Amino acid sequence: MSSTSASFDPRVLRAPHPVPGAPDNWKRFFTFNTDAKVIGIQYIALALFFLLVGGLLAMIMRGELITPPADLVDPSVYNGLYTMHGTVMLFLFLFPILNGFNNLLIPPMIGAPDMAFPRLNALAFWLFPLFGTILMVSFFVPGGPSTSGWWAYPPLSTQNPLGLFVNGQFLWILAVALSGVSSIMGAVNFVTTILRMRAPGMGWFRLPIFCWTAVAAQVIQLVGLPVLTGGAVMLLFDLSFGTSFYQPEGGGDPMLYQHFFWFYSHPAVYVMALPVFGIFSELFPVYARKPLFGYEFVAVASFGITFLSLIVWVHHMFYSGTPQWMRNLFMATTMLIAVPTGIKVFAWIATLWRGRLRLTTAMLFCLGGLINFIFAGITGVMLATVPVDIHVGNTYFVVGHFHYVIFNTLTFGVFAAIYHWFPKFTGRLMYEGLGKLHFVLTFVGSTLNFLPMHWAGLMGMPRRVASYDPEFALANVLASLGAFLLGVAMIPFLLNLVSSWARGERASANPWQAIGLEWLLPSPPPLENFEEDVPTVLNGPYGYGLNRPLVADEARYIARANASPAPTPTPASTPRRPEP
Amino acid sequence: MTTALWIVLGLLLDGALSRWMVAQVPHWLPVQASAAAPHVDALFALETGIGTFLFVGCVTLILITVLFRRAPKYDMVNGDPIEGNLKLEITWTLLPLLIVALLTWQGIRVNTTLATLGGKQRVSGGTEAMAVSAAATTTGTGALAAPYGPVRVIARQWSWEFVYPEGVRSAELHLPVDQPVQLELVSLDVLHGFYVPAFRLKQDVIPGSVIAYRLTPTREGRYRLRDSLFSGAYFASNQTDVVVESAEGFQTWLREASKQAPHPSWNPARELHERRLRRGDQGWATVPPAPPPLVNVGLDPQASHEA
Repeated sequence: MSSTSASFDPRVLRAPHPVPGAPDNWKRFFTFNTDAKVIGIQYIALALFFLLVGGLLAMIMRGELITPPADLVDPSVYNGLYTMHGTVMLFLFLFPILNGFNNLLIPPMIGAPDMAFPRLNALAFWLFPLFGTILMVSFFVPGGPSTSGWWAYPPLSTQNPLGLFVNGQFLWILAVALSGVSSIMGAVNFVTTILRMRAPGMGWFRLPIFCWTAVAAQVIQLVGLPVLTGGAVMLLFDLSFGTSFYQPEGGGDPMLYQHFFWFYSHPAVYVMALPVFGIFSELFPVYARKPLFGYEFVAVASFGITFLSLIVWVHHMFYSGTPQWMRNLFMATTMLIAVPTGIKVFAWIATLWRGRLRLTTAMLFCLGGLINFIFAGITGVMLATVPVDIHVGNTYFVVGHFHYVIFNTLTFGVFAAIYHWFPKFTGRLMYEGLGKLHFVLTFVGSTLNFLPMHWAGLMGMPRRVASYDPEFALANVLASLGAFLLGVAMIPFLLNLVSSWARGERASANPWQAIGLEWLLPSPPPLENFEEDVPTVLNGPYGYGLNRPLVADEARYIARANASPAPTPTPASTPRRPEP
Repeated sequence: MTTALWIVLGLLLDGALSRWMVAQVPHWLPVQASAAAPHVDALFALETGIGTFLFVGCVTLILITVLFRRAPKYDMVNGDPIEGNLKLEITWTLLPLLIVALLTWQGIRVNTTLATLGGKQRVSGGTEAMAVSAAATTTGTGALAAPYGPVRVIARQWSWEFVYPEGVRSAELHLPVDQPVQLELVSLDVLHGFYVPAFRLKQDVIPGSVIAYRLTPTREGRYRLRDSLFSGAYFASNQTDVVVESAEGFQTWLREASKQAPHPSWNPARELHERRLRRGDQGWATVPPAPPPLVNVGLDPQASHEA
């Protein structure tokens, strides 16, 4: 490590976020810090930790499922593992890591100094370790964690076999409710920031797609989460205080819960998918060196998805005694989602077409994610078709489809985003060789893991089983091997993260020659991004090859960003503006 | 000119590949053993065809750019600065709309043909559910008429029990072939799912509701009936068989069954739970399994199923 604090722009050093090589900077991550960039990295680091926890649970599950009988763990333990795997991956990995990207990217992308409500932002983050701890503690209470699945359908979830007040299910509901509170706080913040704090000249149709999708996704949070939280509170009352909202014996109906649950939890997939669509829309133009094809269509399609996502939830209940007219209606609305998502997919392909592709690790993850997403979209339409869903619903076909969405598309997008923006926020480049190894292992592992599941489901293997008939063995052996390979794939990734952070090559302000406000800032950006000198936006994003400036005085901003931090102290690294 | 040729050739190849995939569909599915199965499979095959065509088309375009449009190292040149094409964008908005409209129409058509779901009656709990289902009669006219039934399907944690109009009780479901049959689905504890993959049919069994359900088996044989909605610790073991027999075979079975004294059926969940207790009740909390149903014909652990 050659760096000393002398080589840093003083503006950078004043920032509470990490500056590689600067003394004691890691301690900043364990404080109630209100800087969006610190909070973003806090979210991402903790979420990646929980990705490992969730992945470990998945590998134990796949160890159980590599043979037909239940022989590795007790079936009740298997049920707890799969419940917690789903809960951890959704509530402790995907939601938080995407909130992390919202925190890192939204302010610099729109030229804002920070989030609209920095303290609320920090509070929203600090709820995350709290409910994460509650969920982890639930492994160690008498009776173990929740074993009723991440849907927690009553009356199973309210059975409470040991009769204890504090039980795994109780803690699970508490954690999910806290996660909802945290997400609502985040949503208020992200929406307000994008609505109110854009740089001069940045109208809606000059806004980067990532910010469009962030608003579209966070609107779903604001509309849907109160319903889930209300449903969860009633479930808690049924479980702990003897009410009967969902108990037929007291005049309740278990179907009511399913409506509350899916009214939010289906759109929740779009809360996670939309920002990743944003990531794809940001990255394809950079690495194909072309403008985003049909930018306005892609932007507006985000809100088409938001609207439709709120009126499709009954497709999770086609075989729950739903009347025929309702099945037909929700089949139609669900299928319609193929239209706005189709617009996005075709636009990405058209963006690639006649481009000059740079196959960086980030681009590889985007391309892999796009191909997987097309596949997931097709199986999604199959699942929307009522008669087909009645056969494959609640089977491994759904598990395969869901993981093609949630891992093979969304997590691929998350990895792409990490490789793409890591240099911006740490000032270091990640190693491409390790990155490509990570991509190849992940692509092979995830295909091996999730593709054979479709076949098992078509043959009639129900999801959530701890044991199965021998005819499903082949698909399950392949899936298990894939799952273990995915575990191996994490090794080069973690190695890359840690070693690049510590001693990776210094990143310039704009290592990918990307167009966007965040690339007009030094890497890492100063505490308040552009501070008082916010650029005036002249044109829409993604102007590759169009020879038009993004902002007024672009050359000055580029020079200023490149001036610091420099690898060695040079006269140019002196800040242009006097210290206050 | 050459471009047009390439496009036509590509579309033809894509079409041929999609047809081949459609031909593979039967290999991915269990045998068709109910009147519903051919309809469901035809719809799935249609979607497989359209899906393959779109998937192969899109992936081919992506691969062409990846193979032929890679920038050499240190090449800083941009691609063609195309910002959009309104005609193309309208096309790829309308085309998916047409496809999903077609699929929705086909889906509704098949839904109407299958008409599996009868009425649903709300009850306050297990006792009332048993009384209501016992009093049920076969109803409906025309396509909805069921010459046989109602057979009561009683789901518990973790066993299946079937009660026939003749009073026979069994732990595996016997049905006469080619006769529409009416079922009354009852759960005595939590949600369960009545799922027979060879029938392509699935219906949740909901505590607090008695659900009338109709299906027509069309092929003799022994098929798996699985619990499809997660129901707790021994969910995976909660499976039994459907035995579809000729009308005479079914009558013979009913006669023989009625001669057998009711006895507790063999129950895999109970075996697993006893094993757990022997090993010191390790594992996470679960309710104990309900006592196995008293039936004339129990489960046969040795029987092998076709699908």
